[in-house]
Amino acid sequence: MAMTVELPALETTDGTIAPPASRRLRRWTQPAIGLLLPLGLALAWEVTVWLGFSNGRLVPPPTKIFAAIVELARSGELARHIMTTLSRVAAGFGLGVLAGTVLGAISGYWTLARRLLDPTVQALRAIPSIAWVPLFILWLGIFETSKIVLIAVGVFFPVYLGVMGAILSVDRKIVEVGRTFRLSGPAMIRRILLPAVLPAYVVALRVGLGLGWMFVVAAEFMGASEGLGYLLIDGQQLGKPAQIVAAIVIFAILGKTTDWLIEIGSAPLLRWQDAFGRHSGGA
Amino acid sequence: MLVLNGLGKIYPNGVNALERFSAEIRLGEIVAIIGGSGCGKSTLLRAIAGLDRATSGTVTLDDIKISAPHAKIGIIFQEPRLLPWLSVAENIGFGLSDLPADIRRQKVAGALARVGLADKADAWPRELSGGQAQRVAIARALVPQPEVLLLDEPFSALDAFTRRDLQDHLLDLWADTRPTLVLVTHDVDEAVVLADRVFVMRPRPGRLFEEIKVNLARPRDRNSPMFDSFKRRVLTALDRSLDRNVPDGDSKSTAGEAMWW
Repeated sequence: MAMTVELPALETTDGTIAPPASRRLRRWTQPAIGLLLPLGLALAWEVTVWLGFSNGRLVPPPTKIFAAIVELARSGELARHIMTTLSRVAAGFGLGVLAGTVLGAISGYWTLARRLLDPTVQALRAIPSIAWVPLFILWLGIFETSKIVLIAVGVFFPVYLGVMGAILSVDRKIVEVGRTFRLSGPAMIRRILLPAVLPAYVVALRVGLGLGWMFVVAAEFMGASEGLGYLLIDGQQLGKPAQIVAAIVIFAILGKTTDWLIEIGSAPLLRWQDAFGRHSGGA
Repeated sequence: MLVLNGLGKIYPNGVNALERFSAEIRLGEIVAIIGGSGCGKSTLLRAIAGLDRATSGTVTLDDIKISAPHAKIGIIFQEPRLLPWLSVAENIGFGLSDLPADIRRQKVAGALARVGLADKADAWPRELSGGQAQRVAIARALVPQPEVLLLDEPFSALDAFTRRDLQDHLLDLWADTRPTLVLVTHDVDEAVVLADRVFVMRPRPGRLFEEIKVNLARPRDRNSPMFDSFKRRVLTALDRSLDRNVPDGDSKSTAGEAMWW
């Protein structure tokens, strides 16, 4: 008896495809589940401090952090620090991407250039980039140039490797299709190589940007008078943990936002990959 | 007329893949090349396509010497090799980029309809089945109207039903403009159903072993006794090309199976 009752119920849940409305809902509820843990912890800490179980001096509760952000924002200081850091990242990222793309493309395209260039680049890559800091300060001074160059160095390697690897792994069979249609060199690059390399390039850019954000902190630790990294050091020296956490939160927001911009910007060019995800992952 | 004159290919590693291969193929003729692995069939096809250069001999098409890919020669590979970032319609129009956009669009639409994929014009290659993708590849190769179409085991990755469908479909398309077809295959059925002449090759070094004329009217019935007897002739030739002695009249050839391994 129980079987006959249960079977139709099973069929309806398995057999019908979720209507678009509930699928759209799931698109929002699934990330929301990920928010439960951090929000819950923040709330729990807030309550703990509010109830007096901890004074929250070294680990400030969310309201204190929020208040610190508001205070910095009101004085106009926050905007100045954010702009400084953003412009450093932008300059360093631009420089690193340019150098990484050009050299990576050359190494990927010409075997001779790769044999000549790649061993040196790989050897330099093995050096922890922070180790350059003293030298950069000696060479370029303590102001903007040395900071931007350090960020550029951090961005350069993943972009270089990404571009070179992507060019090397372009499917020879597809290149042959280009040959059978007698594409000229530039046409081959524009119509076959560039689109084939693009997905890996976007990944390389995103990795590079992540490193750029990492290195801007290192750069601003070495004597800066403004910038989000300066806020971190300042908060440590003056014993203001709320300011430190506030700067960290802003770093997180900026990092995520810029990464998202790359993702959004490249999405129209990579639509053909979405189709793949929809068919293999979405089912 | 496609003229192959004493074609030979020795690879840098010393493998003698092809030796003194000569043939004359008339415009509109369908030729199948069949043989055991390592008999140089693919090498031969790539030399005709101008993708790899032969170490000796020449390929000429209407008195033009072919040493690089040529506009009058199209090729279809074992895999569809569609460009994943282009829609189906853009893939078919890939070789037409010199034409004005409206003419190109018109030709692509015609080709799509001809291969029965008009509704897939805006689909991505990843969304197609194997048979559909290969049809797009056929349309892409045919839409610039080549004089010679080369096919390198074009249907061997497909299941038996789809393969038959596409063989019939290919003949259908061929009847439109009657290009020369040169087809490399593993499949005796395929050779006999498509070809006017079957070239049986023998391996190490790859060379022409026997030429069999298939003078059966099209469309050919795969189940007719005549079809069977041509199949048996090709199989026997294959067996002998591999130095297997088969008494005459024995229909139980092993070559058909040997081809697959």
